[in-house]
Amino acid sequence: MAMEAKEIEAMIRGELPDAVVTIQDLRGNGDHYAAHVISQAFSGKSRVQQHQMVYKALKGKMGDDLHALALQTSIPE
Amino acid sequence: MTNPVFTRIEDDIQKSDIVLYMKGSPMFPQCGFSATVVEVLNHFNVDFEAFDVLQDPALRDGIKSYSEWPTIPQLYVKGEFVGGCDIIREMAANGEMSGLFEQNNIQPKA
Repeated sequence: MAMEAKEIEAMIRGELPDAVVTIQDLRGNGDHYAAHVISQAFSGKSRVQQHQMVYKALKGKMGDDLHALALQTSIPE
Repeated sequence: MTNPVFTRIEDDIQKSDIVLYMKGSPMFPQCGFSATVVEVLNHFNVDFEAFDVLQDPALRDGIKSYSEWPTIPQLYVKGEFVGGCDIIREMAANGEMSGLFEQNNIQPKA
């Protein structure tokens, strides 16, 4: 059960509308992605909280449909 | 605190300075992400307690709700959730991990 990169991006932006999302399909099989998410909403949050916000946006898909999403979060400069 | 597994988790993460919930064992990790975190800990040459969630479905689900973190591995230092594979890798690379160990007075194994 793979997910499209576009679908992942849309879900993240659904929760974090200002997010700049860059997604790479690491193996080209729709199962191993790396995502970099930049959002003002991360300001003042710990890294664990930032990642939790992204996971929340993915509504349970992470660890289920999405086996591997290497995640990096940052705040816009 | 409705989930009985939470009590066990809280006990375990207090008992040892560094606790890793992983798939497989440190000698035989069953997943690349778990293997990466074991490598990082071995690199710092610190003692840690590992729990194999594949041996224990209640723990596998319990740990995810405990930390509100959807994936395994999960690393705890002094009872605090530090992160999963991505965060650990980033912290090892940028020096935060050695800072965290120093701060908590965690020494390399003799």
